[in-house]
Amino acid sequence: MMRKLCEVEIGAMAKVENILAKDILKERLLALGLTKGSFVEVLRKGPKDNLTVYKIRGAMIALRKEESSLINVN
Amino acid sequence: MGLTYNSSQKSSLKDTFHIERNEDQHVIALAGNPNTGKSTVFNSLTGLHQHTGNWPGKTVVNARGEFTSNKNEYILVDLPGTYSLFASSVEEIVARDFICFGDPESVIVVADATCLERNLNLVFQVMELSSRVILCINLIDEAKKKNITIDEKGIEKELGIPVVLTAARNGVGINNLKQTLDKVITHEIICKPKLIKYSEEIEDNVNKIENIIKEKFPHLNSRWLALRFIDGDESIYKSMEQYLLPEDISFLRSVLENIHPDLDKEKIREFITEENYRIAEYMKKTYVKEDIKKLNRDQKIDNIITSKKFGLPIMLLLLAATFWITIQGANIPSAMLSNLLFGFQDILTEWFEYFNAPSWLHGFLVLGLYRTLAWVIAVMLPPMAIFFPIFTLLEDLGYLPRVAFNMDHMFKRACAHGKQCLTMCMGFGCNAAGVIGCRIIESPRERLIAIITNNFVPCNGRFPTLIAISTVFLAVSSNKYLNSVTPALFVTLLVVAGISITLLVSFLLSKTLLKGIPSTFTLELPPYRKPQIGRILYTSLLDRTIFVLGRAILIAAPAGAFTWILGNIYIEDLSIIGHVSSFLNPLASLIGLDGYILMAFILGLPANEIVLPVLLMSYLSTGTLTEFENIESLRHTLVSNGWTHLTALNTMLFSLLHWPCSTTLWTIRKETGSMKWTFASMLIPTIVAFIVCFITTLVFHLLGLK
Repeated sequence: MMRKLCEVEIGAMAKVENILAKDILKERLLALGLTKGSFVEVLRKGPKDNLTVYKIRGAMIALRKEESSLINVN
Repeated sequence: MGLTYNSSQKSSLKDTFHIERNEDQHVIALAGNPNTGKSTVFNSLTGLHQHTGNWPGKTVVNARGEFTSNKNEYILVDLPGTYSLFASSVEEIVARDFICFGDPESVIVVADATCLERNLNLVFQVMELSSRVILCINLIDEAKKKNITIDEKGIEKELGIPVVLTAARNGVGINNLKQTLDKVITHEIICKPKLIKYSEEIEDNVNKIENIIKEKFPHLNSRWLALRFIDGDESIYKSMEQYLLPEDISFLRSVLENIHPDLDKEKIREFITEENYRIAEYMKKTYVKEDIKKLNRDQKIDNIITSKKFGLPIMLLLLAATFWITIQGANIPSAMLSNLLFGFQDILTEWFEYFNAPSWLHGFLVLGLYRTLAWVIAVMLPPMAIFFPIFTLLEDLGYLPRVAFNMDHMFKRACAHGKQCLTMCMGFGCNAAGVIGCRIIESPRERLIAIITNNFVPCNGRFPTLIAISTVFLAVSSNKYLNSVTPALFVTLLVVAGISITLLVSFLLSKTLLKGIPSTFTLELPPYRKPQIGRILYTSLLDRTIFVLGRAILIAAPAGAFTWILGNIYIEDLSIIGHVSSFLNPLASLIGLDGYILMAFILGLPANEIVLPVLLMSYLSTGTLTEFENIESLRHTLVSNGWTHLTALNTMLFSLLHWPCSTTLWTIRKETGSMKWTFASMLIPTIVAFIVCFITTLVFHLLGLK
């Protein structure tokens, strides 16, 4: 079932399907290791539910909803 | 805070690659992801004290240092930490261009042992760019704590380049790294990097282009350039314009047009990264063993530190506690220093009397120059020497990215960049450094906002002023510990006010002069690390002491002497200071200050730390009070010159909000390249300061307060 990364509940794992972002953001997300087929764990939401912390390739990365909604996962 | 004072000096603003070196010196580049302890490796190799911090975007200026190992002389260039060399940010372009065109003889890539998979992506990219690469897997002490074991021989074999394990903080493995470097430079070790082969289609096209490049530019890395041509990295052309001849570039462009591979460039870039990560994943699985349980420690801490409920309160509490320790701790050394230094003033005076020196000479040298110097040292040095080690401790722990995390929603609402918070933290140390630090913000719009508003964070020079005034006006309790609680809370409140104004001004700028929406943002929360307490104490004490003393001697002392002259040259029956301040007085009274205070702020343009000394000097020269023996007389001096609580409040607010010092303005001019924005950076804070102080004055008058 295809979803956006921002819709995945806390504690769950997701597999990256594709990235809809463009240009700089796309490059950055790829550089962080969000390539097709990689696994992302949703760790926690921050104040005002603005940022969510994800575990990506062993590192903790915080993304806003604006960014995480551009990542399709399975 | 982030940068040392060195990096705000003029010379380091240049990012040029033209490194002056002897013929025998070897230029080595140091690359790596952010947060890998790259700067610590740099320090232990060179013995320099480049400030290190546990957060992304630390090294924004290329630092360089020299060292010798086994008779080989090296120049080491510390590149900005980057995740990739695909040039999506200024730092990445700087790092890439240096490796590509700066022609280093070898590149050391520093990787984090606890996050090897991600770090390997950059290693592969550097290996494509340079054939002599050494992989330095750092932080093995942290890895050990987390029960991570790394088979470096296996990785070495797999990559075809030498691999060294280090824990640079404790000096572990540094000698090994030096020896490996020696061997690589003297060709004792030949690196044979095993490059990743991509799909047939890509490789075919690369070969075609590569052969042409190889023939024409033997010194360039043909495979790498060919790859960039087919995955459509436009920024490479821009960089080439700086380092290659125009006819060569047009030649390269024509080559490309002739071949014109009909490829989906975006797909290729994606494919290349996927391949890199596929192999990184495989290598991690094969050569790294980890213990999941131990990995969760940071997450548990973060569940509290960055939680919705406690994140912000903990942050404010930490800030207030820091100020409390600072104020409480500074009391005794301040009193000791002032007794010592003002005591020496009396001895100086006796000497002058003994030699029958003219009174103007005594006034100029002792009452002007020496007294200001003594004042700045006694009042500025102790709080700085306490505040900065604590701040650096939090930084070393990895707390600052968490602050950015907790506050991001506010910056987002202000349509500013999430990393602005980090540049503000740098501003605590020095606004000029904070302005340079704004380079970590890619979008020009948000970078300008961060630059213009950086001044609302009280710097080095203004902190002690705030602390001194709030201490003498608010320390009302008789209990010696509670005594410093009120001032500490008040300074915290002032900082919060500064942050609120930053957000408000950022918001207003985003809606008017710098319209736009917040740009994309990714924030890494690095693992918590045990701070190097000894090192922190040593470097931040030394750093701050030199900074404060340097400024005191170079700027404060001459300014004190100058003020003494102004206060003692009389035109008709009033000194120059008297004339100026009575001219400024009507305007100053509107905002709850007096002419002397406003004049002191104007004279303080070169450096904020002289504002209070200059002010005292002017008060003392008016003759209402001629003796000023120690800092306890501060309150007395101020009150006898008509200071009320409103005056104290507004002086602090004005100090917090007013125009930046001349060094900061100069840096803004340099960083923005625009007189218009420099002017705006001066005008906007000034207007804000006047408005805020006018409002408080109005409120005080309406309520009948004093």
